[in-house]
Amino acid sequence: MESPDNEKPVFTLKEVKFNDILYIKELAITEKKTTAIVGKSGSGKTTLLKLLNKLISPDSGTIYYRDTPLEAIDSITLRREVVMMPQTPVIFEGDIRENLLIGLKFSEKELPSDDRLMNMLQVVGLDKKLDEPAHQLSGGEKQRLALARVMLMEPSVWLLDEPSSALDKDTEDEVMQKIMDFGKRNGSTIIFVTHSIPMAEKYAEEIIEIENGEIVSIKQNHHE
Amino acid sequence: MNKSGIVDIELWQLMAAYAYVIVLLVIVRIMGIKREKIIVMSSIRMTLQLIIAGYILIYLFNHPSFWFLILLFLLMEGFAINNTFKRVKVPLNRELKKIIAYSLGGGTTISLMYFLLVVIGSNTWNDPRYFIPIAGMLIGNSMTGISLGINRLIDSMRTERDRIEGALMLGATPKTASKDIVNKAFDASILPTINSMLGMGIVFLPGMMTGQILSGTSPLIAIKYQIAIMLGILGSVAFTVLIFVHRAYKVFFNKDAQLLLPEETVTKE
Repeated sequence: MESPDNEKPVFTLKEVKFNDILYIKELAITEKKTTAIVGKSGSGKTTLLKLLNKLISPDSGTIYYRDTPLEAIDSITLRREVVMMPQTPVIFEGDIRENLLIGLKFSEKELPSDDRLMNMLQVVGLDKKLDEPAHQLSGGEKQRLALARVMLMEPSVWLLDEPSSALDKDTEDEVMQKIMDFGKRNGSTIIFVTHSIPMAEKYAEEIIEIENGEIVSIKQNHHE
Repeated sequence: MNKSGIVDIELWQLMAAYAYVIVLLVIVRIMGIKREKIIVMSSIRMTLQLIIAGYILIYLFNHPSFWFLILLFLLMEGFAINNTFKRVKVPLNRELKKIIAYSLGGGTTISLMYFLLVVIGSNTWNDPRYFIPIAGMLIGNSMTGISLGINRLIDSMRTERDRIEGALMLGATPKTASKDIVNKAFDASILPTINSMLGMGIVFLPGMMTGQILSGTSPLIAIKYQIAIMLGILGSVAFTVLIFVHRAYKVFFNKDAQLLLPEETVTKE
């Protein structure tokens, strides 16, 4: 049985419109749950994540973050709690250590020890040394590095855009399971975008399907 | 050679210099490089500009006037600002133009004042003989520097959009998210001055120093002036570009720390 806290919405959207890309009449995303946003390419999934990260603002309508409209929240404060990972991982100059720490540095948070960093690399299955140059990593390795970077920040809400798109099937299963476990342990809300319905069904408790910028279905997924 | 030992260039000698350009034009034409027009136009324009500048300088040296000097300085600044707008590859919006104008105006004025009052000496600061050439060198070099900086900043804000947004997603402020780009724009602006300093005295003798030596000044005095002016140029370029980049990056973000689209920033009036 779920606690009442679990049913509180972390994000509520009302009459949200963005260009001709997205129109959401009403949507509530539950706190501390894993929610998948599925849909075809160009359906507006990434736009929705960017709206939640306040990277863009809607033309009309209101998005609430825990009852407060996003306009009333400082964007930078919000993004330090609600962290987004883009589909194509951004690798900054420097080595793996620098890339792991950069999110914490941007957010002005305390920096962890090398042991903790190595531990995080293990969680995402990245067998690399901290002083290796990050630019030489393969696409899949860069994606795992970007995931580890977000995990180190321990955000309240994770916004993951196709988090496993560059991983092969076996690595995808292993990494996704570890991310979900890690998020659950930290009491985080995970919202991830995927074009893969089997992946959504495997990891998400709630599945929101978007088609041509509008929500066509919201399903509870009791797979456990 | 005149009384002071300076070799004056006679008219026929100057004509010989033009003849050299005519030889160049013939070669360019034979080789099929269609650049005759620009070579002729730039030679004529340079000649006219320098003749006018020469007469203005003679007038100013003979009739020193503080207000005329200020007017000339403002004209130089205005020309430099306008020329900077033209050198940028994309149309600029009003906000960026304003930032360019006050960065160039502010950076060069402060550097010029420091140079004239402290380095050259307070008694001669408004002597046109010092004021005009030094102002010209500082403004000219700062104009080149800021033009390079603007182009680099605008280019990078477009091409490195994903990286900037990636930093914002991780909670970076616009200032932190664009720090690398701002630093690279600064590097691009200052690099020609640095390169010129590194080659000076080994690869080439700088124009001002050559001019002084040709006009009979001792090389030791010429060197002192050249060192001082190069440091002044370095300071002026750096100061101008620092003012610019530390204000200009903000134009690319809105109040919600969102990275604006290119059409919303650079070209939107």
